[in-house]
Amino acid sequence: MRFTLTEEQRQFGAAIHELLTDADVPGAARSWADGDHGPGLAIWRALAKAGVTALVVPESAGGLGASPVDLVVACEELGHHPVPGPLAESIAALPVLLADLASTEVLAALASGDLIGTLAVPPVLPYALDADAAGLVVLAERGAVSMSPSGIGLRSIDPARRLFALRTGQELAANAGDQVRAALYQGTLASAALLLGAGRGLLEACAEHAKTREQFGRPVGAFQAVKHQLANVLIGLEFARPLVYAAAIALGTDEPTAARDLSAARVACADAARLAARTALQVHGAIGYTRECDISLWLAKVRALSSTWGSQAEHRAVVLAALTEPRTGPWS
Amino acid sequence: MDLDPDPVDEAFRAEVRAGLASILPGQPLPSVNTEEGFAAHREFERKLADARLAVVSWPERYGGRDAPLSQWLVFEEEYYRAGGPVRVGQNGLFLLAPTLFAHGSEEQLDRILPPMATAEQVWAQAWSEPGAGSDLAAIRSSAVSTEEGWLLSGQKTWSSRAAFADRAFGLFRSDPAAERHRGLTYLMFDLRAPGVTVRPIAQLDGEPGFAEIFLDEVFVPDADVIGEPGAGWKVAMSTASHERGLSLRSPGRFMAATDRLVRLWQSGSDRPREGRQAHGERIAPEAPQANRAIAGREAIGDRVADAWIAARAYQLHTHGTVASLADGGTLGAESSLGKVFWSELDVSLCETALDLLGPHAELADRYWADSYLFALAGPIYAGTNEIQRSVIAERLLGLPR
Repeated sequence: MRFTLTEEQRQFGAAIHELLTDADVPGAARSWADGDHGPGLAIWRALAKAGVTALVVPESAGGLGASPVDLVVACEELGHHPVPGPLAESIAALPVLLADLASTEVLAALASGDLIGTLAVPPVLPYALDADAAGLVVLAERGAVSMSPSGIGLRSIDPARRLFALRTGQELAANAGDQVRAALYQGTLASAALLLGAGRGLLEACAEHAKTREQFGRPVGAFQAVKHQLANVLIGLEFARPLVYAAAIALGTDEPTAARDLSAARVACADAARLAARTALQVHGAIGYTRECDISLWLAKVRALSSTWGSQAEHRAVVLAALTEPRTGPWS
Repeated sequence: MDLDPDPVDEAFRAEVRAGLASILPGQPLPSVNTEEGFAAHREFERKLADARLAVVSWPERYGGRDAPLSQWLVFEEEYYRAGGPVRVGQNGLFLLAPTLFAHGSEEQLDRILPPMATAEQVWAQAWSEPGAGSDLAAIRSSAVSTEEGWLLSGQKTWSSRAAFADRAFGLFRSDPAAERHRGLTYLMFDLRAPGVTVRPIAQLDGEPGFAEIFLDEVFVPDADVIGEPGAGWKVAMSTASHERGLSLRSPGRFMAATDRLVRLWQSGSDRPREGRQAHGERIAPEAPQANRAIAGREAIGDRVADAWIAARAYQLHTHGTVASLADGGTLGAESSLGKVFWSELDVSLCETALDLLGPHAELADRYWADSYLFALAGPIYAGTNEIQRSVIAERLLGLPR
């Protein structure tokens, strides 16, 4: 057993972090929210160059065929910097869903980043995220998979997310229940890692604010009431992370416990990210309640993400069922 | 990155499992905090030592097996899975021994470790004083240097196991002019030496799980100073992370308790699946299917899931720590994260079980009632969780002091 990232995986994560630190991700997220996808798409292209969009695509279709652990490494950084766009959909779920259903050209385009995709899987994922920015919009309903014309956009609680209810279109497959489930698992794993990363971004912003913002003649971070809240956030994140990696390993090796491990990871990551969001807002005070403050970019995203790819209640039920009646999974 | 069990560790697991099965008592032992129970636990430790299972991670010459950290964790998993008794010598095994390995002389290691491993000598800790709890550096008990050694005077309190133990260790102020962390010396002393008065303190359950120790010019030879005189704070703190972290509360304990909680949730009974009586527990006749009758049982399901998720998180986090230590990493302020996490997990999993037992929960001398009372102390001992949170904020997040 060696439950730690390889040096290569660490470097991969560090490279994405560096790339996103240099790009103006907060600016791109704000433009995205205003309907201008340009700066965000430029970041997607840079990420594609770094291999992020090719991770899950099979090697036979021009992808990297990387492990779910690599996907988690990347997604934690994509959440850490609040990258806009259908990340879990395009880089995690669709490559799995379409591996046997779409042409090599479509898969290669997803891998190269030339094509951004999104999907809806009612009732778990009733809306397709950012279909207006996607060249490929997929609806998977009751095991049937089709290409869909995008419908009318609905506003999300997160201004950088736009949600689209889809109508059935050109059919790709009629009975693809197994692929749909596998895609949901992969997307859920990505969402857990995105939440974990968002929690980290919030905590870092929060700690920085607490060190510099002064009240009563001292940095607010010197007050124990503030310190202890931040400590609780770090505890939540640090103990959620190993659950995500364990889920990635289980998914990659097709363990019978994969569904349980995945749901456990998602519950812990969403809880940790929500605590990070509430704490970051409270520690920032009124400035945190503004669009101008960067923490706003994560705050609503955490709330939105923690109810997609399965609710907390649904995932807790999966864990409990797996413990008492092994061999059950969600969406089976 | 993988979670594949190591074949050598698994072979070790089989050996531990078989070894424990042959020595675990058929009947639960009486409480360790009674004279009779203390003696019974000491006797059990002797058997554990004879099977070379008492201190698997220690060097062979002191009764161990030179087992790596991963195998120590396997031992713990098996020990708690089998329902092994409370380790009566744990203060010595998990607190004093790591300090001796880091700072003790050869003579001290040779003299102190073998009887510690067999529980021939059981150790109590003597850290806190009436005026020095969380603020441990406020210690006032003194060690006065004489020609032959030291004379200890003062008062220690909340001293676990001191009511029945043989010896104790703690910090004493050896330089009356020095303040706070300076001028402290780490000393070991005999609880039955002239000048020592031990006054047991009844804990929540009424039993003397800890005691006050009054010292009146108690003589201690130079040989019982650990590290340099005056450097006691450094000596104690260098191994404090052991107490907060892995060695005090390993994941095996919480995985075993959570498995039990899941059984309780599922069937109304938390007896081990193997049909064998759990060891080291005082079990009174239990109402069968007790939890079935609890109104609103379904609402407790989420908490059962959360308890398992947290125990699993602690286990996985520990696997990560083992890997990082193997790569040459060290255990520092990070151990404060674990201390807060396991102590809160312990309380909440016990509370969940008691809630599942409904009106039967209040019956005393049962596994969950005893576990609950024990768990309540977790957020207080080994450095309160408030102290740990401040450590986390200042050392890991860089917030100002």
